[in-house]
Formats: sequence, structure tokens, C-alpha cells
Amino acid sequence: MLPTGLTQRLFNRAKPNMPVIVVLLMTVTVLSLLLAIGLGPVTVSPGNVAKILLSRLPVVGEHISRTWARLDENIVIGLRLPRVCLGVIVGASLAVIGVTMQALVRNQLADPFILGVSSGAAATATLGMLFGVFAFFGRYSLSISAFIGSAVTIIFVYTISRVRGRINITQLLLSGVAISMIMDGVTRIITLSAPNALGLHNAAFWMSGSLAGAKWGYLTLPLAVLLLCMAVLMINYRGLNLLLLGDESAGALGINVRRLQKTLVLVASLMAGVTIAVSGSIGFVGLMVPHFTRLLVGGDHRRVLPVSALLGAILVVWVDVAARMVLAPEEMPVGILTAIIGGPLFIFLLKRNSREKKGATAK
Amino acid sequence: MTRLVIDKLNFSYGETDAARDVCLSVDRGEFIGLIGPNGSGKSTVLKNLYRALTPDSGTVTLDGENLFSLSHKAAALKLGVVGQENDVPFDFLVEEIVAMGRSPHKKLFDIDNGDDRRIVRHALEHLGMADMAKRNYLHISGGEKQRVLIARVIAQECDFLLLDEPTNHLDIGYQLQIFDFVKRLGVTVLSAIHDLNMAALYCDRIYVLKSGSIVLQGRPEEVLTPKNIFDVYGVRCDTHIHAKTGKPAITFLPSGVE
Repeated sequence: MLPTGLTQRLFNRAKPNMPVIVVLLMTVTVLSLLLAIGLGPVTVSPGNVAKILLSRLPVVGEHISRTWARLDENIVIGLRLPRVCLGVIVGASLAVIGVTMQALVRNQLADPFILGVSSGAAATATLGMLFGVFAFFGRYSLSISAFIGSAVTIIFVYTISRVRGRINITQLLLSGVAISMIMDGVTRIITLSAPNALGLHNAAFWMSGSLAGAKWGYLTLPLAVLLLCMAVLMINYRGLNLLLLGDESAGALGINVRRLQKTLVLVASLMAGVTIAVSGSIGFVGLMVPHFTRLLVGGDHRRVLPVSALLGAILVVWVDVAARMVLAPEEMPVGILTAIIGGPLFIFLLKRNSREKKGATAK
Repeated sequence: MTRLVIDKLNFSYGETDAARDVCLSVDRGEFIGLIGPNGSGKSTVLKNLYRALTPDSGTVTLDGENLFSLSHKAAALKLGVVGQENDVPFDFLVEEIVAMGRSPHKKLFDIDNGDDRRIVRHALEHLGMADMAKRNYLHISGGEKQRVLIARVIAQECDFLLLDEPTNHLDIGYQLQIFDFVKRLGVTVLSAIHDLNMAALYCDRIYVLKSGSIVLQGRPEEVLTPKNIFDVYGVRCDTHIHAKTGKPAITFLPSGVE
């Protein structure tokens, strides 16, 4: 462990040392990647993983002697690497979606899963697959139909929970629950009535999330969307901070609140759509990660966004390792594990939230 | 020189009129008070000015320009606002909240520089809060939050302030401190004020709102007479010009006193 003096210097909430934190987290992400690739029902040593990966690189690769089994190489390159990379992208995206939605509704309890956005995306995605509604979008039809579902759900939940210009947290959570139930029902009906057409993407996949079917082809779109949305959010970091003060204060400090809110809805639903199209709904990542990020670096979005993305990546990669190890050789859906870890945290935050409300009115 | 002119401003929440044909003007350097009973439309008028609400009709000009045709950012460089929102349900330090006042001055890719930090520090020092800079905004008292918001509007460096009952949560010491401070800044101020004695002490002119309409206007000693106060608030009082302040001092009379 690090000595306490050093940890205090690194993780000082009042004056977070951003370059160090980011470099540290990036290192941990890369190490996690290497370790996680090796771990699974068939274990490949980290050394071999590193060598196999290096052997694929142009110049360096020629100097690596092949000391590993053919099977190991197939597992690493064909199965684990795309899966772990997908974990990184999905984890980062889910965490950033959480941050975005929390700024939008001004509440730390917002998460794409809790507010029914994941369910909405899953429902339209299955609908699209079954009826080929969005087939004219070609290979991106699944992602685009999921995006439409998430956008509709976010707008819906947001409108329902806005009472006299403010987001009412009870309305927000309840409408999220109701909508996710409706959407899960829709998904289930669709998948039950047309089991063959849906192939891998069965109801269990959509509702509990899994990275098991990862292919290289799945990575490009979510990665591109993540980078794009991250850039948009980082450019608007001041606006995100100001939104937390409330619509009126944000407006008075020079933010075009309506326009920014529309941007956030678009960003969040775009990311949710493309992410959920490849991973199903993995819950609570968008809740847990921003929470711990804020404990680490405070609420400023210039710091929260990159740190959340990295922490989210690390979290999902490791939870996915657990998902394939716990019941090996059986696969466990990642979403079930994140729910088991994240659910209690949600309840804790909910309790604290209501306690602080009471404290505030007592003053 | 006239800075702000409101002409025939109307606003309604659904059926009920909250502001009716409000006309008002503020000259450079004036401290203008907006008083009236609860629900008389003080906040509504101010919100229409800082665009939290959009008026149904009427025009507002600031320094000769139509206020509503300015961009949000351009307006925020001229008008500083302390509204009634002061809860931030997220983890921010006091100095971070104050630094948000700098945002209208910032371009897209600017980050806060030494100048901004100096301005933030001075704003906090002016309010005697320098030692609270690193405190968590979530965990300070309501009165302290209000002072942080005043510091934020100072960091915004506007020469026109719109204040919506800025001393709402504060004890008398801080009420005087804040008004003295704002007065010393020498900027133009339009403020909704709850306490009539405070309005008398600090305002150059006062507008009185009742049911969304302006019913009276003038210097404090013209407006704050026992008859006017009874007409607007329905309470009896005694006023006299205080020997030291030269301003009207109002003593309210409970029902037992004749």
C-alpha cells in the first residue's frame, strides 16, 4: 500500500493533482487490460499476454520468440482482447452517461439503468431487429434503433419528473422505474415471440447485460461515439458545472440553458444507444463511478469527466473478469454483478439524500 | 444616465397575472429597491429581467440595447444576479462556487488562470470568508451560502446587480454587512427587499409592487409613510426621519397599541 502521506498528496480533495491521478489511472487501466485478458476459464499468464500482443505490433513483433501455445493466441486475440476492449469502452461510456444525466437532472441518483434509459434502448433495439424497421441504416441499424429508444425515454422521464420547472426526485425515480418495467415487458414479448430471429440477443442479454459476444466489429462505433461525446462534454464543462447550480443561476451566468440541456439529452442518449446495442443494459455503473469520482476529485466536470471514464473502464473490465470466473465455465451476465454491487450504494445514497433534505429544511 | 428601462412588462403564470404593465427605470449608480407583500411580483419582475422567465409582452432596454436580443453570455457580462436558488446538491468547494462567477468572461477553451484565482480570493476576502475557501459548500450554513453567492456575483465583475432578497437567510449583522458592501461597490443595483427599514436605509428610490402592478415610486421618505404602508401591507406603523441616518425609520405597531 502507499504510505498515507503520499496518498493524501495524491488524493487531496481540496487540491487534486490531476496529471498524477490521470496518469495513475491510465496505468491501472492498461495493467487491468493485460491481466484481464489472461483471466478466465482458460488462464493465460500476463507475460504471455504481453508477448502475444507485442508480436502483433509491426516492428517489435519480429523480435518476439513464439513461446506460447496456438490455443492461447486464439483465446487472447480472438476472444479476450475484443471483450476486454469492449469492457473499457462500455465502462467509460456508462460512467460518462451517468455524469451527463446527473448534470441534466441535477441529482446524483441518475443512471441510465435506474431511469429506464437502458430498457428503452433495449426495447427499440429488439423491435428494430424483429421488424427490420431501421434496416435501411445498414450495419448500424441496431445502434440507431437503440439510440432512438434511449432518446425517447430520457425525454419522457425528464418531462414527467419536471414539476414547476424543477426536477422532483420522487417523480424522477418512480417514472424511471415505471418506464423501465414497461420497456422490459415490451422487450420480453418481442424476444419470446420471435426467438430465432434474435440469435444471440435474447431477452436475458438485453436485460442483464453481457460482454460475452464481443467481436472486433462491435468496437468502432461505440469508441467513435465515446470520443466524440467526451469532446463535446469537455468543451461544455463550465456549462455542466453551472447547470448544477440550477437553471436560473446557470442562465444568469451566461449559459443558454435550453440549448445545453438539449445537447446533453442528445449526448446521453447517443452514448446509451450505441453502448447498450453492444452490451445490453449494465446497470449502476453510471451511478457508482461518478460518486466515487467526486469523492476523489470533487464536483468540477473538468476533472469528473476524464476520471469517471477511466474508473468506469477499470470497473467494468474487472467485473467482467468476475463474471466469467465466478461460475466458470458458465458465464454470468455482468449486469447482475454490477446490480449486486451498485444496488446497495444506490440505497445508501437515497437514504443520505433524504436525510440531507430534512437537514436543509430544519435550518 | 439611464441604464435600465422596463416598459409595460406583462407576465402571467397560466391564468394569474404576476406582473401587470410594470414600468421602471434605473439610472447609473442608483440603488433601487423593489418592495411589496409576499406574492406581489418582486421576484417575477426580476426573473423576467434575468431571463429565467420570458415576458408575455413589454420591452426591456439595458444601456440602450434590447436586453432580450443580447446573447446569454453578453447579458451575463453586464448583469450579475443573486437569486433565491442557493442549494447545490453536489460536491463543490466554496472557492469553486465563487469561481463559477468567472464563466461569462471565459471563452470556449479557456481555463481559470491566475487573474481568476486572484479575483475569487479578493471576493471572498471582501466578505470575510477567506478562511472558508476550501470548505465544502454542501456543509456550510444557509447564511454562509448566501454570502458565497454574493462573493460569486462580485467575482462576476458586473456593474449592474439584480438582487432577489439577498439577505434573506442572514442575521442583522450580515444583512448590514452585505448591503454596506454592495453600496460601497458603487455599482447600479436593483434589489427586491423584504425588510422596509433596510430598504429605507440603502435605497435611493423605491418601487412598490402590489398584485403585480407598481402602485408607488419615489424616494424612501416619500414612499414609506404610515398611510402608504397601511394601504399596501395592511399594517399600522409610525415613521420618523432618524436623526443620524436622515432616512425614515419605521416602527410597526401591534394590534394592542393605539
